[in-house]
Amino acid sequence: MAKKIRIRIKINGVDRDAEVEPRLLLVHFIRDILGLTGTHVGCDTTNCGACTVLLGGKPVKSCTVFAVQADEQEIRTIEGVANHGKLHPLQEGFKEEHGLQCGFCTPGMIMAAQALLERNPHPTEQEIRWGISGNLCRCTGYQNIVKAVQYAASKMA
Amino acid sequence: MGHSVKRKEDQRFVQGKGTYVDDVRLPGMAYGQMIRSPYAHARIVAIRTEEAKKLPGVLAVITGEDLEKAGLAWMPTLFHDRQMVLATGKVLFQSQEVAFVVAEDRYAAADAAELIEVEYEELPVLVDPHRALDADAPILRDDREEKTNHIFHWEVGNRQATDRELQNAPVRAKVDAVFQRCHPAPLETCGCVADYNSATGRLTVWETSQAPHAHRTLFALVAGIPENNIRIIAPDIGGGFGNKVPIYPGYVCAVVASLQLGRPVKWIETRSENLQSTGFARDYHMTAEVAAERDGKVKALRVRTLADHGAFNAAAQPSKYPAGLFSICTGSYDFSTAFCEVDGVYTNKAPGGIAYRCSFRVTEAAYLIERVMDVLAAELQMDPVELRRKNFISSEKFPYQSPLGWTYDSGDYHAAMNLALEKIGYHELRREQEEKRKRGELMGIGVSSFTEIVGAGPAHSFDIVGIKMFDSCEIRVHPTGKAIARMGTKAQGQGHETTFAQIVAQELGIPVADITVEEGDTDTAPYGLGTYASRSTPTAGAATAMASRKIREKAKKIAGHLLEVSEEDLEWEPGRFYVKGAPGKAKTIQEIAFAAYTNVPPGLEAGLEAVHYYDPPNLTFPFGTYVCVVDIDRGTGEVKVRRFVAVDDCGNIINPMIVDGQIHGGLTEGLAIAFMQEIAYDESGNVQGGTFMDYLVPTAVETPNWETDKTCTPSPHHPLGAKGVGESPNVGSPAAFVNAVVDALSHLGVRHIDMPITPWKVWQILKEKGVAE
Repeated sequence: MAKKIRIRIKINGVDRDAEVEPRLLLVHFIRDILGLTGTHVGCDTTNCGACTVLLGGKPVKSCTVFAVQADEQEIRTIEGVANHGKLHPLQEGFKEEHGLQCGFCTPGMIMAAQALLERNPHPTEQEIRWGISGNLCRCTGYQNIVKAVQYAASKMA
Repeated sequence: MGHSVKRKEDQRFVQGKGTYVDDVRLPGMAYGQMIRSPYAHARIVAIRTEEAKKLPGVLAVITGEDLEKAGLAWMPTLFHDRQMVLATGKVLFQSQEVAFVVAEDRYAAADAAELIEVEYEELPVLVDPHRALDADAPILRDDREEKTNHIFHWEVGNRQATDRELQNAPVRAKVDAVFQRCHPAPLETCGCVADYNSATGRLTVWETSQAPHAHRTLFALVAGIPENNIRIIAPDIGGGFGNKVPIYPGYVCAVVASLQLGRPVKWIETRSENLQSTGFARDYHMTAEVAAERDGKVKALRVRTLADHGAFNAAAQPSKYPAGLFSICTGSYDFSTAFCEVDGVYTNKAPGGIAYRCSFRVTEAAYLIERVMDVLAAELQMDPVELRRKNFISSEKFPYQSPLGWTYDSGDYHAAMNLALEKIGYHELRREQEEKRKRGELMGIGVSSFTEIVGAGPAHSFDIVGIKMFDSCEIRVHPTGKAIARMGTKAQGQGHETTFAQIVAQELGIPVADITVEEGDTDTAPYGLGTYASRSTPTAGAATAMASRKIREKAKKIAGHLLEVSEEDLEWEPGRFYVKGAPGKAKTIQEIAFAAYTNVPPGLEAGLEAVHYYDPPNLTFPFGTYVCVVDIDRGTGEVKVRRFVAVDDCGNIINPMIVDGQIHGGLTEGLAIAFMQEIAYDESGNVQGGTFMDYLVPTAVETPNWETDKTCTPSPHHPLGAKGVGESPNVGSPAAFVNAVVDALSHLGVRHIDMPITPWKVWQILKEKGVAE
């Protein structure tokens, strides 16, 4: 076991520090050490995007980032999206437009969509489809996810 | 009924507050990891575990020999076979489970797995099912008495009459079609947390299970633990599609490890493990032949199929049906005679043959008949739509007795077909195609008019390992008029918390918001066989209606008492009983519920609860017509789905929004099967589709917008007239996609292309036909 390294991150606005093995994946840090289980793991080849979080405002697949790489950075996960119990327009959109079924891809999908809307508040349908193309969903066929993002975009306009 | 109520379950899912198995974390929990075989067929010479055991943090290493001592090296499958939990003697497929290591955390377990050394001696590998019965083929299952790779022969129908018709038919059409090996690949893989409490003797298992009650009984029977001491909890499930019906070796190993260590043990498989070792689907090698008159009227259908089950027959299906409900293969057409036979064989591949978003081999059947109808149409130079119309079972023939033994409950195939064609603009598309062909452009239109058979099933002929396929609902109305309803089913994304609440709301007038629906905990829910085969609405949905009606009967007695009138003088409207002729004199269901605990009439038991076990009198037969339009790029062979119209008829609909969501998802899975997915093996038995790098899942970019519509032909025997819908799009769509591609190339003499229809495959055909650019 390699020597542990102390890291400090700000996650959903809260400062956290921990000693971690250099090989610890960010997703395991978030899930197993910080206990934020909304971020999911759906594959082992960086394809599915269920583990998408925002690292320094950019979407990353947290299964392919070491926790030590996030040192001194800010992370946002699905748990930080609602504001004191009030759902974010994206969360509302997913509910209203039936943008989820089993819910397993949903947190990663919402994080990817949030990153998209932050850089492009008025995306076209094609831009939405490309914006979430790093995230796989097995249930919905994406059609209602696209509508959910459109719902949020119009709400946030 | 019929309202697009927003889903109750979404509130937690959109906030990341669902509880999936990997989210369960117990004090003292250890982690298990599987060690798997790199070979498809090999003798195990030795397993060396000493180095692994020495590693700090390692708690246990379990091998097949250890399990053998406990009588657990093998376990029964859900279909008349057995399967190794951990290999003893030899391995039979790549990625087979060989040893199980348990450590303090995931990383230590992974390190230990690296240190376990297994010595193998390779054996000849059998990959091609067509070679399984050759005299020189290696016999794979030397544990069985019968020294053959043949598992079963099953046949139904009239062989002689069918052979005769085919011999004398003026027109014959034939197709050899492989429905390739696929995998359900739900986004959440399989896993469990097993927690044996040595003080109480109770075993609790959080498990990705579509059938928790059946799993409890099997754990009791196989492990010898009293059934009252086993609690299976299926928490939120990240998709199932049939993948989470079987019991997998990982579950058993986690339970054994927990028993051994007295600590909770978590086992979560990786995606690659999921694709390489858990229940695959299809792998049906089929031949269909149709006899017809010159005018296109079909007479007889003959189907021969070779079923590749891999190393163990780990199908999860009704015990009387070795090929599931494959004999629905006469589809929507009025054949006077038919014959169908299936032979199952073992090969050195992962075990299974499970029903992937399909009511037991219905997908294979629908694909085959819809494919051969197109081949017949080409043979006759007839429009495939005209051929289908000529042969549809007409609506006045229902209930219809099929030549292979099913009684179709209801249908109106012309109506669904007409609506689909109108929506897509079929005749204009045919004209466009004609013009495009003149210009050398490739465009195709594919039609699939499928009939399903779902909702297994009637107790007289449907059971899984002996347990009858009823399902159940228990409803408790609390004193304040709120209620909890529990079923023997278990949703994996289907939205039962909402739809089943809607059924109770419809029957009792209690608002949906006041009804909690809970499934998956065997300690609290009534027994049932689970959610797969589109059976939840046909069975548990019916049970929910029936249990609600029992409550209404009792509520009527209480209302009569409260209103001081006899029961006969009461009328029901949703939410209240009122006195006939005096609608102002009434008691709401909430007032009645309160009285049920505070002021019951003399002689009546207190409380307002009911349970119902629903045994369906027949299966249900959803149907529909799907039309797909494709354009093919002559330079790359890429097929673009331009439009897809899906008209479904699933009887009465409880929640249209959820039904459409199911259709969207199922069509997307069908698209993936038609164009991208295959769990293929090379000649050494190495799996070629074992990760998401190779087993492709469509993204939002490849997935088209689906156009949906409905016709409504209620089931005459279901209490709500509903039929079930979750699987229709996956059953009906593969043929629509393939028919469209073949149609685009039909003028070049192409009659069939096996799935997955990759750009490479299409480009090769274009090149061979001299039309590649």
